[in-house]
Amino acid sequence: MPVTSILDREPDDRFRILDEDGEVVDGASVPDLSDEEFVEMYRMMKLARHFDQRAVSLQRQGRMGTYPPLSGQEGAQVGSAMALDDDDWLIPSYREHAATLVHGLPLEQTLLLWMGNEHGNDVPEDANVFTAAVPIASQVPHATGLAWASKLKDETGKGFLCYFGDGATSEGDFHEGLNFAGVFDTPNVFFCNNNQWAISVPRERQTASETIAQKATAYGFDGVQIDGMDPLAVYATTEAALEKAKNPGEGERRPTLVEAVQYRFGAHTTADDPSVYREEAEVEKWRAKDPIPRLEKFLRATGRLDDGDVERIEEAVEERVADAIEAAESTPRPDPREMFENVYEEMTPRLERQLAEFEELRETYGDEEILED
Amino acid sequence: MTETQNLTLVQAVRDGLRDAMAADDDVVALGQDIGKNGGVFRATQGLHEEFGDDRVIDTPLAESGIIGTAVGMAAYGLKPVPEIQFSGFMYPGFDQIVSHMSRMRTRSRGRYTLPMVLRAPYGGGIRAPEHHSESKEAFYAHEAGLKVVVPSTPYDTKGLLISAVRDPDPVVFLEPKKIYRAFREEVPDDPYEVPLGEASVRREGSDVSVFTWGAMTRPTLEAAETVADEMDVEVVDLRTLSPMDEETIVESFKKTGRAAVVHEAPFTGGLAGEIAATLQERALLHQEAPIERVTGFDTPFPLYALEDYYTPGPARIAEGLRNVMEF
Repeated sequence: MPVTSILDREPDDRFRILDEDGEVVDGASVPDLSDEEFVEMYRMMKLARHFDQRAVSLQRQGRMGTYPPLSGQEGAQVGSAMALDDDDWLIPSYREHAATLVHGLPLEQTLLLWMGNEHGNDVPEDANVFTAAVPIASQVPHATGLAWASKLKDETGKGFLCYFGDGATSEGDFHEGLNFAGVFDTPNVFFCNNNQWAISVPRERQTASETIAQKATAYGFDGVQIDGMDPLAVYATTEAALEKAKNPGEGERRPTLVEAVQYRFGAHTTADDPSVYREEAEVEKWRAKDPIPRLEKFLRATGRLDDGDVERIEEAVEERVADAIEAAESTPRPDPREMFENVYEEMTPRLERQLAEFEELRETYGDEEILED
Repeated sequence: MTETQNLTLVQAVRDGLRDAMAADDDVVALGQDIGKNGGVFRATQGLHEEFGDDRVIDTPLAESGIIGTAVGMAAYGLKPVPEIQFSGFMYPGFDQIVSHMSRMRTRSRGRYTLPMVLRAPYGGGIRAPEHHSESKEAFYAHEAGLKVVVPSTPYDTKGLLISAVRDPDPVVFLEPKKIYRAFREEVPDDPYEVPLGEASVRREGSDVSVFTWGAMTRPTLEAAETVADEMDVEVVDLRTLSPMDEETIVESFKKTGRAAVVHEAPFTGGLAGEIAATLQERALLHQEAPIERVTGFDTPFPLYALEDYYTPGPARIAEGLRNVMEF
């Protein structure tokens, strides 16, 4: 089956490659990845899961602020981000800790951001990762603009992968961003992490559409629904969509809307208590679709992974996360001057005055007294 | 004698909203996560059970949709109380607020009025991520046709919210979330009103007047105690920012001749400037010192590692008061 045909499916024909037992479904073809790449996909998903558990625990211990967990969504994040080339761009929401890691944002940065330190936003210059968006759907028009600018600059061969949740599809910005992308035929892939719940509000209350993928029809381009907990289907679909964004066929529109159907196992954020609005039985039902054991079974069955590999990966993952936490926690609190320094290229006279008065106050009273509630 | 309960500020929001809904079937609450979940801060907890799906409504995630449909509901005779989860997310609905909610009465020559109350938690101090902490009350006070309320105590919260729901004009009701659970106060069980547009003198004094509101009221009172052996500070809590209680402000200033304004919002374009200008217009000859503005800085509200540097605390406020006295 040629990969581009994934995008020709009906929006309600949910695409998958691996079933819940990690077996290749009838007629599906496995993506053309090397053994190392398959294992890397697994390793990154394991890393993401462990990182997530540690981050939630840090928040519980008061070592980190509010944090949005991703467990359950590793397949969608790692599978899609692995389909990016280095030159492609990733435009995240606020939950794509695994996807951004795959595309070059260090774990330490993600930790720092949620520890309330602006240095978490120091994305390495060579990583094409856009800044995290906390408001809902506001990054969607940005992604269209980034891709549009690339097209206006006559660049070719760059795709722009933008993530958002099911709740975001209710916002005006989602519709405006997709509409522009269709009209101006921009090289975008819009990737909806449909995790079933926008905090407490179920997918059914976001839209009366049968699928989110079908919304693409209204904007004139392809929409495809996939099993977001099947990392191979995610990879194959994203790769096909990125390929089309860069090299569309005759009369084909560049953008694609991918609806990756999945589940958030944990809370929306550490400030949320999902037991108020959903049943444990529902969570259990989705746990059976967990992307990690699913990929593991496939890799073991195809001889790409054995007990020893799994053990080594788990040890390495724990070490890497522990190192990241130590690095983040030993990063000093930013200097308060930094608040003033990045507002404009050159500080305005009024801001300079405010900074001077503030420094004088710190001098006079000392930080301890200034910070007293 | 009416019974009372010892409530936090967020519980007083719920109590006030509950009473308003019980008294008037036209009052409906709508927003994200306000139903089964009871609101992310639990401000609507229990109301969905009590009033059902048609009166406590979980909406799709869309601020413009929430506020815009509330405009339509209000024009059609309901009294909607939309909640925006954090005031930092009101901007997608800003067009509806300033283009429509504020001016429906004007535009329709009085035929359509919007008796709605737009509620949102606002301000910093809870170690939240970006866009969860800003104070942009000046946006709304700048807009004609809106009333803007910021309570600072549980008692006031319930009374002001009931007044806001009963008010024929649209009200933006900003709840200082830092003090949602900071302290408790006896609040009557029965409905009561605290009138909109009236400030409250929280502490009487003769040397200098401080004008403030919301979460800044408590550190201001604390600062007033800190400097008590240097000066006698009067603290006025505005409670309603639009319409502003000019009489109380001007009278206090005439008495003391010196003033500071304390707000968490940025300096430039903040309401401190508006208050200072009003005092100069109405009481210039009573003025004995420049009016001091103790405010947030002209920077985006920082991530929480620095938020306590941004927000005025008792030490900065006390310093501001000394500046006024030493002139």
